[in-house]
Amino acid sequence: MIVNGSPTDTPPAPGQCLRTYLRAAGHLDVKKGCDAGDCGACTVLVDGQPRQSCLVPAVRAADAEVTTLAGLGSPDDLHPTQRAFLEAQGFQCGFCTAGFVVTASTGACSDRDLKGNLCRCTGYRSIRDAIAQQSAEVAPGGRAARSASDERASRPPETAIGESTRPPAAVDVVTGRAAYTLDLPADDPATETLHLAVLQSPHSHAAITRIDTAAAEALPGVHLVLTHRDDPGVLFSTARHDSRLDDPDDTRVLDDVVRFAGQRVAAVVADSPAIAEAALRLLHVEYDVRPAVHDPESARAAGAPLVHGEKDPVTSRISEPGRNVVAQTHGEVGDVAAGLAAATHRVHGTWRTARVNQAAMETHAARAWLDAPLAEGGRLVVRSSSQVPFLVRDELAHVLELEPSQVRVTTGRVGGGFGGKQEMLVEDLVALAVLRLAERGVHRPVQWELTREQQFTLVPGRHPFRVEVELGADDDGVLTAMRLDVLSDTGAYGNHAVGVLFHGCHESVALYRCANKRVDAEAVYTHTVPAGAFRGYGLGQVIFAIESALDDLAREVGLSAAEIRRRNAVVPGDELVVNGPAVDDIVHATDGLPQCLDLVERALAATEDGPPGPGWLVGEGLAAAMIATIPPRGHHSTATVTLTEDGSVEVGVGSAEFGNGSATVHVQLVATALGDRVDPARIRVRGGDTDAAAYDTGAYGSTGSVVAGGAVHAAAQDLARRLDAGETRRPLVGTGEHHGTPRSVAFNVHGVRVAVHPPTGEVRVLRSVHAADAGVVLNPEQLRGQVEGGVAQGFGSALQEEVRLEDGVVTTRTFRDYRVPQIGQVPHTEVLFADTVDPVGPLGAKSMSEAPYNPVAPAVANAVRDATGRRPRELPMSRDRVWRLLTSEEDPCPIP
Amino acid sequence: MDLTTVSSHRLARRREDLLLGVGETLLAGGTWLFSEPQPATTGLVDLTTLGWPDLEQLPDGSLRIAATCPVAVLRERGGLFAWCADALLMSPKVQAVATVGGNVCLGLPAGAMTSLLAGLDATAVVWTPDGDERLVAVADLVVGNAATSLTSGEVVRCFDVPAASLAAPVAHRRFSLADLGRSAGVVIGLRTADGVRVTVTGSTTRPVVLADGQGVEAIDCWHEDAHGARDWRVAQTARCLAEVREELG
Repeated sequence: MIVNGSPTDTPPAPGQCLRTYLRAAGHLDVKKGCDAGDCGACTVLVDGQPRQSCLVPAVRAADAEVTTLAGLGSPDDLHPTQRAFLEAQGFQCGFCTAGFVVTASTGACSDRDLKGNLCRCTGYRSIRDAIAQQSAEVAPGGRAARSASDERASRPPETAIGESTRPPAAVDVVTGRAAYTLDLPADDPATETLHLAVLQSPHSHAAITRIDTAAAEALPGVHLVLTHRDDPGVLFSTARHDSRLDDPDDTRVLDDVVRFAGQRVAAVVADSPAIAEAALRLLHVEYDVRPAVHDPESARAAGAPLVHGEKDPVTSRISEPGRNVVAQTHGEVGDVAAGLAAATHRVHGTWRTARVNQAAMETHAARAWLDAPLAEGGRLVVRSSSQVPFLVRDELAHVLELEPSQVRVTTGRVGGGFGGKQEMLVEDLVALAVLRLAERGVHRPVQWELTREQQFTLVPGRHPFRVEVELGADDDGVLTAMRLDVLSDTGAYGNHAVGVLFHGCHESVALYRCANKRVDAEAVYTHTVPAGAFRGYGLGQVIFAIESALDDLAREVGLSAAEIRRRNAVVPGDELVVNGPAVDDIVHATDGLPQCLDLVERALAATEDGPPGPGWLVGEGLAAAMIATIPPRGHHSTATVTLTEDGSVEVGVGSAEFGNGSATVHVQLVATALGDRVDPARIRVRGGDTDAAAYDTGAYGSTGSVVAGGAVHAAAQDLARRLDAGETRRPLVGTGEHHGTPRSVAFNVHGVRVAVHPPTGEVRVLRSVHAADAGVVLNPEQLRGQVEGGVAQGFGSALQEEVRLEDGVVTTRTFRDYRVPQIGQVPHTEVLFADTVDPVGPLGAKSMSEAPYNPVAPAVANAVRDATGRRPRELPMSRDRVWRLLTSEEDPCPIP
Repeated sequence: MDLTTVSSHRLARRREDLLLGVGETLLAGGTWLFSEPQPATTGLVDLTTLGWPDLEQLPDGSLRIAATCPVAVLRERGGLFAWCADALLMSPKVQAVATVGGNVCLGLPAGAMTSLLAGLDATAVVWTPDGDERLVAVADLVVGNAATSLTSGEVVRCFDVPAASLAAPVAHRRFSLADLGRSAGVVIGLRTADGVRVTVTGSTTRPVVLADGQGVEAIDCWHEDAHGARDWRVAQTARCLAEVREELG
């Protein structure tokens, strides 16, 4: 085989796919996204034709010429497609980029050509821009055609605030040089890595009565078998927050009770993944199968099987283990009954949201090793795909009874997160394996890379919610009462159950000023795959219900969707109240919401879209969302900005870059603070490493710009002061920190015009407008990309994505069965920005990563209601559900 | 993905090479085989080295499609062939490699090559292990979700599409939960000397051929999965059936 012009020296093995062969030969630019031909991240050229290398038997390519992304061009000699993706910023995390660039390099540009390539970050607009640019530039004959874009590419990027500064890693991403978690070169200390594989439970609920590991252990190449007998005995939560007390201690590394089909039962560590898998088949496990509860409504009923009934509510921090309730809030301000009685208009309904998967293109993965024996002062090093390296470090130390100083957690570039990597899901097991092997004198790294199927069956997705809403209003449409009853299904473990429940009910309810509010909310355990953190962190589920109910109320009163929100939304100075005392560290000082409502209302009014054909109904809808710019209960970051002897500037920050663009913003903040004291082209960011800074809570809750960015900005200002004071020492270090408080609020309004086809149930988005109150816009292109990506995920959740379970077993286990939006399925969204200056964010900026997702589903639902007269109450609004809604005999929502 | 239990890859050159050993399975395009774990498979026998011509015109005017013909090659014929190729979830990258025979022999309800060939009343030529061959209508080859009437050692050599079907007016409808997603139902109508012959696939676990006058009530094998609920599939099938019959008048 000739790869990128050079012959390879090992013959392919039978059964080996081309991707594995290429990566083993050092071509780490070829990515493993789904391993099943659905996502396209592994695309290479085989004799000039684009192929998903995971589907190509390597034996068949033995005599072929193969070209990978890195073979198309290099940083000094970019292929036109690479240059187009660079200039258009056609990526965020960049994990899918190899597949898109290689496919598009053949001139394949249509939606059909690219339907085998998935991107979860961008919403595809920037990818379309890149492809359009390429098409305009590539003359017949390919690379010779160079034009004005060469000039643009060679011009140093502007790093000022308000410029669309290019991500620092952009050139590496488009040329395949960016190293993700497992892209470690063969000469790394982590050579001769062992591979871990896990046996998953076939039962929803069972006690493991016996595990016979003898046959597995006897298999040549097997080094270790871990079962519940090897569990360190420390209860923890996979969810990570600044305080470990935020989440219930209900999880073990390996438990003797399994509580969902798919849970870890045992792990094998072997010389190769193939041997590890073979050893799994030799494990003999006996189970005492117990009754299970899969339905959250039934889970609280008397006599329901208990998921964690044996746990202590105080030490494990579980609200009521005897009722399967992990978290609850019940409270009222004012008098809701009186408010409803006094209301002229009342609306009432119940809404449901589906289980959704984060679907980051890089699966969870970690490789761990000891840099020297612990007894000799060595450390456990864990390279992981994590949004929260410091929190993983601290919890690993807690579970494995080490000092935090004995653990280093580091990341490569992270291939997407969306909340899913705010958990410790693989690190504990590889770390335990490394320590157990070391006790036996085996000092080798251990790696575990989840399969795409395990991303659906083993690790958490989005919490499904059932939300009942009752609203009352006076003659003018001013709210007199809000009542919510909320039920969240956290699955078998309570990771993020508490935070998602409380956050979900917070800004969604607090957005509206109303003297009488009541919220009853509970998160329950069921014997199903756990739910966890997902973009929006509970808000999207509750906002779907409230914004739908408010739409009904507007119709009752006879107000427009924008007007009822103007009359009821909090204004600067109002307290943010849910069902008890208001939080006291949120500054609400800007009029972002009215601006966003005006922007969306005007944009929709300025356009007209007719039905696509006979029999289609057209309608409009909008919805609003508020989000705190920083999560509550502590979020801390420390940073250094160092001017080195050679004049370069190194930024040390703990937070990881996973496509959120924080590294770009950090460069801009440093360049702005230091001005002409340094050369902006020589600013480098070192992040995502517990050795890179003293501490950082992590990149979640949209904090990359406002908390880590705040710390970086303070450190740069400190360095500037030192330079201005005449300090000449080099390296000269400026330090800064940020503690996540006070916080502020950001607003988003989404509006759509849809066409609905009752005979088929199809909902087609004709127009999509999003207004965001992001404060001062630090990087317009990047911010637009964050909004578009969030909106695209919103459309996915609104219309087509759903993790399905049958008898507690996940049946959607591949991208073939789980519909992540493809390039042809995401409508163009017009993105507009409010003109505000945040009083607490760095340089007046607000966070804007999760927020755009939240108002999309209710906006679409309200538009469907407008078009058809029927109210959708369940996500996703898939064609079969919409068809059923429009054809059922009983109208659940008569037109007022 | 890697098929970690596979230790041999045998290239078939003659028909005798198709006799499978224990654990061996046939490899055509490989796009399905390499997309899911195959823990029971220890050896691959490559069909594509038999050199079967992709497409042949037979003396009676019928079209012979080799089982190993890539979907993309068939797609180039345009018309119903291209429409069915694009009714598959697979991308052009996969179409270039995936074979017609592989798609049919998977027996999936959404296998649009089954839709195409059953819709055109094609016959499968099946090589039997005794060296003989048997003929079976494609509509009868797929007997259930991921099940065919092939018995151990049988290999589909090709599909013959009758000349009359190639010349007949056709009408087709498809529905799915997402435009580029897997088909939830495919309805193909063919005007024949005996009336309009309609074939339903995708919404049923096996192809169902409806004669004039037969409605969806005659269907007893509805399919339901992540790609659409049963009641919606019934209604959409009925709608498509009516539209196809109206189009073919």
